[in-house]
Parts: sequence; structure tokens; C-alpha cells
Amino acid sequence: MNYILKNARVIDPSTGFDGVKDIYVTDGKFAAEPAADAEIVDLSGYVLAPGFVDIHVHLRHPGKTAAETIHTGTMAAAAGGFTSVVAMPNTSPCADNPGTIQYVLTNAEKEGVVNVLPCGAMTKGIAGEEMAPLGGLKKAGVVAFSDDGKCVQNHELMRHIMEYSKSFDLPILDHAEDLQLLAGGVMHEGYWSVLLGMKGMPAEAEELMISRDALLAGKTGCRIHIQHVSTAGSVDIIRHAQSKGIKITGEATPHHISLTDVEIKKFNTNYKMNPPLRSEADRMALIEGLRDNTISVIATDHAPHTETEKLVEFDYAPFGIIGLETAIPVTLTELYHKGYLTLPQLISKFTKGPADVLGLPLGTLEVGRPADITIIDTETEFTVDPSTFKSKSRNTPYGGYKAKGRVAGTMVGGKFVHRLF
Amino acid sequence: MSDFKWTRKDLLSIYDLSAEEIIHILDTAEEFKKVSQRRVKKVPALRGKTVVNFFVEPSTRTRISFELAEQRLSADIINIATESSSLKKGETLLDTVKNIQALQVDLIVMRHSATGAPNFLAERLNCGIVNAGDGAHSHPTQALLDLFTIREKKGSFKGLNVSIIGDIRHSRVARSDMWGLLKLGANVTFAGPATLVPEEFRELGVRVCHNLPEALEGADVVNLLRIQHERQRSGFFPSIGEYSGIFGLNESVLKYMKPDAMIMHPGPINRGVELASALADGERSVILEQVTNGFAVRMAVLFLVAGCLK
Repeated sequence: MNYILKNARVIDPSTGFDGVKDIYVTDGKFAAEPAADAEIVDLSGYVLAPGFVDIHVHLRHPGKTAAETIHTGTMAAAAGGFTSVVAMPNTSPCADNPGTIQYVLTNAEKEGVVNVLPCGAMTKGIAGEEMAPLGGLKKAGVVAFSDDGKCVQNHELMRHIMEYSKSFDLPILDHAEDLQLLAGGVMHEGYWSVLLGMKGMPAEAEELMISRDALLAGKTGCRIHIQHVSTAGSVDIIRHAQSKGIKITGEATPHHISLTDVEIKKFNTNYKMNPPLRSEADRMALIEGLRDNTISVIATDHAPHTETEKLVEFDYAPFGIIGLETAIPVTLTELYHKGYLTLPQLISKFTKGPADVLGLPLGTLEVGRPADITIIDTETEFTVDPSTFKSKSRNTPYGGYKAKGRVAGTMVGGKFVHRLF
Repeated sequence: MSDFKWTRKDLLSIYDLSAEEIIHILDTAEEFKKVSQRRVKKVPALRGKTVVNFFVEPSTRTRISFELAEQRLSADIINIATESSSLKKGETLLDTVKNIQALQVDLIVMRHSATGAPNFLAERLNCGIVNAGDGAHSHPTQALLDLFTIREKKGSFKGLNVSIIGDIRHSRVARSDMWGLLKLGANVTFAGPATLVPEEFRELGVRVCHNLPEALEGADVVNLLRIQHERQRSGFFPSIGEYSGIFGLNESVLKYMKPDAMIMHPGPINRGVELASALADGERSVILEQVTNGFAVRMAVLFLVAGCLK
């Protein structure tokens, strides 16, 4: 099917374009001229942007398909407005070898609804002890390296990984936390952890490792991207490192910019994630980091867990929440409608930002590229109802959340995979 | 007794209670204390009701105190004690407790090492839950018996200075006492080494200090907390010897205390560590009276929550 997408406000942060124009889709690609048999779609009142990229997603496949599969996870991505997702390697078996990457890509080809970009492990079994075969992983098709969920504690090993990875010109996505300082904490260390008597996760456990990463990125010249930045100090460290010319970028999640640790007093495990919900000052510093583009990416850290796993004592529940189907409504409500970011700025966090981190030609409306498009309705108000989610899991804190703005359409390679109009 | 109407089927934490509710429990406990001084100490208030004492963390004194309170109220009692978490046995806590509820029990008295475990269950069960201690979070009946003892000795709470000394960071007793005392108008001081007394409590109006004489000066009540040896092993302070030399209550610091200041301790005492033996047994000590008051308070709590079951 070929399309003429008419009358939308087109926002393309990769070129800086913001205005009404027609977009032509022919044979799955953006075209300069409309095809003769094209369907005309009137998108008056909608915003059309390059397809959104979520650089931080757990599809749980292989190994934990009770919580999510490549099929359900990419269905959730489509419903949430994402045309590409970067799949984290902490599966079972771990994506630390070309065979597992091949398995993920084969399944994505068969049952994936959006583009699945696999990320390879940095160390074998993400155990932080021996380097994974980064060259073989690159050949198998990974777009980045990460030990997400864990963090390499050995600084010398991290230095070698960063140096070695330069040979393949792929970024490292780091989950930064010092495990000794973390000391088994389950929530942000601060006023509420003290009040509740819960073990705290100090902000410094994250900041220490981001400092390490920044220093080593400066030394090695490696491109490093800090996953789920959550503290004010982390934003400062990244801003400072960027000012020194270090190739460091960062992402913020929708939950860290919309929720704080006060929520933990209800002991609801759908507010338990790592890094944890922080203080109000941290939340505002993250928003400031997004405003001045210290933080150039918004990513969900979509982390499905079954109800059984989450329906336990807070201390014993696994970390993580799903986010693919709430990211755009939550960030439109919290960042755009509250006046912190303009629409082009917000869209850039989901398009140009992640595309630049990965160094891939994504997040573009360029003629000849695959037609990946996200269409947004910024004004409709609705209440989030997790029972309607495409994801196999329901571990979200946003049930009942009053959102303003939603995803109206998602097109991947010229095909609508989600369409409300 | 006031004409206040109790409406809770659960007692989870002092934080949840109003000053009026706390006073109502203390007043009710006073009646039950009278009962325990009679020749026949048993009342039929919970006859036909079944109470399960579900202890997922070891306890001797709290469990015995509850058990005795339940017996004096004529309840039927089941004791379940397990040291490991239910998860480690492969069954979730919720399933375990739903199984207990399916036996048509009325009340579950539970202790658990995980913060919020009783809150988590109370939201999902019809039977009543009485928290007998969860993690470092809450231990409401201990706070109530402390408040009962303080009121009995000092008359009222307004303007009373209460210093709680020791491992505040890991103490559910300190947190529960704090909420109760603040709600009733007392002044609270937390004292101990800086590793064990978080500064964040200042935001609640608690005085935080790291010096024993300062904590003792002007105090009407001094409540000492047990120092656990594992805290030394985790590096919170260098040695038990150094702790007791600097923060232990002994004869050498008695001069800082008001003559009528009383000494409390939730037990079990490490004699010679946080509290000198002679002081534990001395005339200022109300430690054994706390134990006696404990089961009167627990009778009152069980009686009140049982009255709100559907």
C-alpha cells in the first residue's frame, strides 16, 4: 500500500523542519512524489514525526516468555508509537554470543511487529568478569553493547571493553551502579527510606560509576551512553564531561521524570525499579537536563515481570516496570503540556537523540529511507487502562493515570502497525 | 473511657493512627490491665474467634506476649513459626496467608522481616492483621506499650522529653515510638553514632544528636535500644567496646540525667553494652513493667480489631 499523508504538522528534529507538508510513502519507503495508486490519509490536527526509537527495552525472549515475547513486546511497541526497539541482552540464555543474536533476529523477522535491534552483552553471561566476543556480536548484527541490569565493577576490565569496542564503532550503553555502595538497597536512599526503614540505594552509587565511565570514555575515546540517569548529581557529571568534549550521552525514563520516592509508602511493587524513583529535586534536575539537552534521549527501560513475580513482599519483588505503552502519553502530559519541552524538543528525545547515540540512519523522514512514522494526537485526554495493553505483562504504576496526548498511528516500513484514525 | 468508636480491622503502624485512636487503645489497655490483676484473669471477649500467630522472623517475647493476651481473651490459637521466607519454600507469602485465611481464621498476628509485608496482606485479605513487627519499619504494639508505660508513670505526654538511644537506623521500635510520641505532643531525641542515626529525622522535628550527655540532659524518659553485633560486623561502628564506652548508659553518665528520669528498654538487653546491669535492675528502670503492660496493650488491640471484623 502506498500513501499520501496530508495536512499533518510534520516535525523532523533531524532537519529541524516543523510545518505542514505532505509525506509520500511508496513501496515502504519515503518518496519525493506520490504514487498514482496512493491512499490519501487526512491527518489534520495530528503531529507526524519520524518513527520513535526506544533504545532500552527488555523483550525477555528467549528465557522469560511468560512475561513477554518478541511478538507481544513489539506489539506493545507499535501500540506505544515505537518503530524500533533496542533489545537488552539479559535474556536466558544471555545475548553474549552470535547464536543468541541470530535467534533473536530470526524470531524478530518471523513475529516482530516493529524493528528489533539487538544489543550484545559486554561480558560473558553479563557476569562482569570476562569480555564477551564483541567482534562476533557485531558481525551477528548487534547495534550496541551493554551489561544492562548489571554493571561491570572491575574498572580495568571496563577500560579494556571500552578500548576494544572502538574497533567496531558501536556505543556502550551502561547501567551505572556501584554494587558495594548499593549494599542491597531496594529504594532511593533519602527521607522516605529512612522513614520507612527500608534499605536505601544512595544516589552516589550511580554517580560514582557514571564518573568512572566518563573518565574512561575520556581516556579511551569510546562512545558511552548512560542508561536511565536518575539523579541530579548524575546530570551534573554528564554535563561537565560533555563540556570537556567527552563522548558521553544519557537517557531518562518517563517514570523518573514523573514520579518520586514518596510513592513507595504504599509498598506497591509496581513502583520498584532500578534505579529507583528518586527525590523531587532529582526529578526536576532530570527535566532540566532534558531541557538543555544534557540528556538527549528518553527511553522506557520496559521491563516486564509476571503478576506472580511482582505480587510479593516489596523487598523480594524484582526491579522493573513496563513502559512502552505509556511513555508517549506520560511524557506529553508531564513534559510538553506542563511547558518544560516544546514538541520538537520532546520528539527529538525519541528520534534524533537515540539515532545519534546508535549512529544509525533512524529517526528520519529522508526520501529513500524505510517509512517509519509515529503519528501523535497531542490533545485527547484519557485514563490509562493496563487491561488494554498489548504487552504480556501489567507491571505498571500508571494504571488510572490521567494522560493528555496519545499515539494515533505507527507505521513501520510503510505499513500501519497501529492506527486509530 | 471516651465514647470514641474504633473502626480498624488491622493494626499496621502507629503512623496510620490519630492521637485519639492511640489514646483510645491506651484507655482500653488500662481496663485490661485491671483484669490481669484480678484473681480470675480470663475474659470471654474473643471466645469463638481464632487467632493465628504467624511469625516469619524469630521472636520469643513478642510472640509469648501475644499468645498470653489471646489466651486471656479466650481465643483459639494457632502458632506458625518459620525462619525462612515463604518465597524460599516456593510458595508466595500471599498464598500461604490465603491458605491460613481459608481455615476461617479471624485474626493474623504477624511478624516479617520485609518492610510493608503486613500492609501488603491487609489490602488483600478479609481477616484482620495485627503487625507484630515488620523489618525496620513498624512495631505498633511495642510503641503502644511504651506509651502506656510512659503515661502510667508521667501522667501526660505534652512537653515530655523522650530520648531514644542506639541503633535508630535499623529500629522499628524507634520509628514507632517516634510517631506515637510526636502525635501525642512529646519531644523526641534520637541519639547514637552518626552511622546509626540518620539526619533525615530532623525533618520531622526530631532532635538528632551524637553525644550521650547531650541526649540525657533534660530527658524525662530514656529508651535504650539493643545493639546487634551484626551491625559492628557490617562496619557501622568499630567495636562493641567502643560503642558501650561512648553510647552505653552506665553510672558515669548518670549525673547528666534528671533525678526522676526513667529508663526503658524493649528487650532483650545486652547487659553491659547499651545498658549497665545495675541500671537495668535499678529503681529508675521500668523494663519489667513494660513487659507486664505489653500484654495488656495487646489484649486491648486484639479486642478492638476483633470488634471490627465483618
